[in-house]
Amino acid sequence: MIEVKNLCKGFNGVEVLKGISTKFEAGKTNLIIGQSGSGKTVFLKSLIGLHIPEQGTIEFNGKISTDLSLDEKRQLRQEIGMVFQGSALFDSQTVEENITFPLKMFTKQPKSEMLERANTVLKRVDLENSNKKLITELSGGMQKRVAIARAIVMNPKYLFCDEPNSGLDPQTAIVIDNLIQEITEEFQITTVINTHDMNSVMEIGEKIIFLKDGRKAWEGSNKEIFKTDNEAIVNFVYSSNLFKKVREAYLNETK
Amino acid sequence: MNYIEHVGKYFMMLKQVFTKPQRARVFREALSREIEELGHKSLGIVMFISFFIGGVIALQTALNLDNPLIPKTLIGFAAKRSIILEFAPTFCSIILAGKVGSYITSSIGTMRVTEQIDALEVMGINSLNYLVLPKIIATVFFYPFLIILGMVLGIFGGWIAGNLSGLFTGVDYIEGLQTDFDPFLIQYAIIKTLVFSFLIATVPSYHGYYVKGGSIGVGKASTQAVVWTTVLIVIANYLLTQMLLT
Repeated sequence: MIEVKNLCKGFNGVEVLKGISTKFEAGKTNLIIGQSGSGKTVFLKSLIGLHIPEQGTIEFNGKISTDLSLDEKRQLRQEIGMVFQGSALFDSQTVEENITFPLKMFTKQPKSEMLERANTVLKRVDLENSNKKLITELSGGMQKRVAIARAIVMNPKYLFCDEPNSGLDPQTAIVIDNLIQEITEEFQITTVINTHDMNSVMEIGEKIIFLKDGRKAWEGSNKEIFKTDNEAIVNFVYSSNLFKKVREAYLNETK
Repeated sequence: MNYIEHVGKYFMMLKQVFTKPQRARVFREALSREIEELGHKSLGIVMFISFFIGGVIALQTALNLDNPLIPKTLIGFAAKRSIILEFAPTFCSIILAGKVGSYITSSIGTMRVTEQIDALEVMGINSLNYLVLPKIIATVFFYPFLIILGMVLGIFGGWIAGNLSGLFTGVDYIEGLQTDFDPFLIQYAIIKTLVFSFLIATVPSYHGYYVKGGSIGVGKASTQAVVWTTVLIVIANYLLTQMLLT
């Protein structure tokens, strides 16, 4: 579980995060949504320690990450898997080299075991027989799946994804969403996803946090999002006619 | 950001770089990759330039020493001193600062803007140690050999130029090389090379690691890295000459 208390962060005197508090539970897909510039990426990067908060605390199963030394932070990060928006794969390496890299760094496994583990996670993301391909030879969707495979290869306790669906076609986006949700449930990982994608919100948002101007404006599940009368989130989520109609249909059905 | 802040940030970076590698096997792999990229792939340019510049130095010296009272052996002597003292360590290092410096800044800078460095940090890896230390070790250990090779080829180029032009004989040239030979000159050249190698690895790494912006930012950082590495080599050259030869 991750618990965030009164998180504040700014840059050059401009406040970006203004006292965010929330909890992310294990085995659930937690979504952070909000308009561009609302502070989603800064929030996610603060959670994983790439930004140092100015105020507030972040607890990973009771350990306050902001109080840890650099070495202790590096230890904690070995329990974290991260899928970056642009995948952030090492583009001079093959798929297999990317996936076995964390194993080489942090385990003393023989090469055969590492390759076996790489094959297992590649199979999990439906990318068997791609071991020797270079990252530049893969499509955007395949790169995202390799990024997920690399993120889970160390059996992380926490998985963070920054806009995992950006730049993907709707079909591939659903595949990626389902994959993340299945992995979260299977390994009981605490997953936090930063997204703009309303399909993801409706499909896998077991817990949703809506950020507006650096503040938490709403919190709930994908079921609750249909019923809420919070003006800020209604305007954001139901900005398209399609979603307005979906909401109306849902509300009529449940009357 | 002012210059003092940059200097402070550079030394803070070095503090992170000089820590124990997290995994010896991964470090060895990275080191052999860097020796290949930074050292082995620079052999051709250093050999080519050393040979021809050595020839030019010998020809220029011969053309300017037209007084019959000056012995022809002075050509070999002057070429040897110029090549060992300045051309091989300083000139070759400036060439390497251009070639290797831009490579280091653009490769690390691209990793920064594509979040690959963030990915390393999130994995719990000391990215500065992983990316920069192998480059420092590779350059500091490999470049002295490269510079010695540059010296040998430069002197050989001078000998060939004399034979082809007929301006001086091979015998005179070799006699000049042997005249008043001081082995300290080689030590001096190697000491300079070690300092320059360190600058060639660390200054471009600094510019690449802290790059801001996208592809244009990486381009600007590469240019700045080459300029600053060259400036620092020239300043270090002056200070080392003052300290070691006066």
